[in-house]
Amino acid sequence: MQYKGFLFCARSKEIKYSCSCQWCIYNQIKQSACTFAAMSAVMITRKVTRKWEKLPGKNTFCCDGRVMMARQKGVFYLTLFLIIGTCSLFFAFECPYLAVHLSPAIPVFAVLLFVFVMAMLLRTSFSDPGVLPRALPEEANFIEMEIEAANGNVLAGQRPPPRIKNVQINNQIVKLKYCYTCKIFRPPRASHCSICDNCVDRFDHHCPWVGNCVGKRNYRYFYLFTLSLSLLTIYIFAFDIVHVVLRSVDSGFHVVSLTPHCTVLEVLVCFFTLWSVVGLTGFHTYLISLNQTTNEDIKGSWSGKNRVQNPYSHKNIIENCCEVLCGPTYPSVLDRRGVMLEDSTSPNPSDASTHKSSNPVSQTTVRQHFL
Amino acid sequence: MSSAPRTATERTKLPYCHESFHNLQELRHSASLANKVFIQRDYTDGTICKFQTKFPSELDSRIERTLFEDTVKMLNNYYAEAEKIGGQSYIEGCLACLTVYLVFLCIETRYEKVLKKISRYIQEQNEKVYAPRGLLITDPIERGMRVIEISVYEDRGSSGSSSGSSTTSSSGR
Repeated sequence: MQYKGFLFCARSKEIKYSCSCQWCIYNQIKQSACTFAAMSAVMITRKVTRKWEKLPGKNTFCCDGRVMMARQKGVFYLTLFLIIGTCSLFFAFECPYLAVHLSPAIPVFAVLLFVFVMAMLLRTSFSDPGVLPRALPEEANFIEMEIEAANGNVLAGQRPPPRIKNVQINNQIVKLKYCYTCKIFRPPRASHCSICDNCVDRFDHHCPWVGNCVGKRNYRYFYLFTLSLSLLTIYIFAFDIVHVVLRSVDSGFHVVSLTPHCTVLEVLVCFFTLWSVVGLTGFHTYLISLNQTTNEDIKGSWSGKNRVQNPYSHKNIIENCCEVLCGPTYPSVLDRRGVMLEDSTSPNPSDASTHKSSNPVSQTTVRQHFL
Repeated sequence: MSSAPRTATERTKLPYCHESFHNLQELRHSASLANKVFIQRDYTDGTICKFQTKFPSELDSRIERTLFEDTVKMLNNYYAEAEKIGGQSYIEGCLACLTVYLVFLCIETRYEKVLKKISRYIQEQNEKVYAPRGLLITDPIERGMRVIEISVYEDRGSSGSSSGSSTTSSSGR
């Protein structure tokens, strides 16, 4: 037994600093073996480090990397509150009356629409918009060497030329800009979101209402969200009016005194939502038909001056809509839930120096592509 | 079990499973990384995933041009198949929309199926073609589908090897 640096030798029944009798040596070995086993058990059950914990950028992750959002979520909570609050009032106060006096299909359809709106909102907010991972050091160096080779000798004191690559897409020259944060040449239509500090593929805009960027992977969910929310708003607005009219017809024409406060609240919320959301849906329908992003529209990339045309458009509205809405579901390249392995576990210690921790070996059985 | 074979010709005579284990493990543990070559994306057809088939000069002495081009062309075909907008993608999209995208909890999307095919293909190419030549291809999905990373390894002075290191010594590095 050991008490704070002292050793109790059970054989000689004495307390000593150290003892080399067989009994004490055996106990020391046994104790260190137990300690080692306990430590190993702790190490095995210790939480593994997943890749999302080491991702650069200003995103927040929830549910162990399954959910990915921007940092500022206040406006997103407001969106949730408005939708759930208004719909709850509608289901509580208007639906019982309408179901009895008109048709029970009205609340059923409202529920379906509400579920669809919430699903699209959560899908837009929680999924990876199409973030491009930053270049690893070797790739960044390779690109730097290419740039230096292309620029040739820059005289001292002179500013080096801007880092732009020209590519030809469908007989149109498109300039690819270099991102100093991510150390890559941005693919066409990609842009760097300063709020999330990530390059996003097919960047549309950063939407505070959904608390996330809108990019290649979640644009169709965003569009379906605005479309279904417009329908839901129009639906609730219309049936609120119908409800007020029916009640006033049933019990005389005292509209003002009969209208409960919640109906007024719902009508107000729906009225202001209608203008903004329906307008937004119309705007995005226009963008989809032309296969443009909000970012390109704001910058005027394909506004037609200098005979520059959108090289991504199929020149056919149906084809453009089909590509954006019915295209393939792109996978997330971030692999947020992949496990990061330390290379100290490799059997050959001399190789640990070549495979630095900046290039971790990923060991995932199933890459999570769903969100 | 005898020690792992050192020469490329000896490695090619191994049965498949041992070859897959020993070639790649050996490459990682006995060879030192000399260089990395990055094959960039080809944007001439738009934003679809396609890689340049231009043969990089760093691989001139390591692998035949046709083998390299075949690999990249095959990968491009796989990605084109994954991103094809046609009947199947419409059905998948509509079905997913009707089920509020919950159907993807049960079934795999077409893109994911093709990605699995791609990683099996890359594994097979690494084992059969690239590892015997001291090269290793990294799956583009590990690099954000921006580049195909090819790691170039140097054999650490293994004497008595025939075709394996003779190409290395003639590279003049």
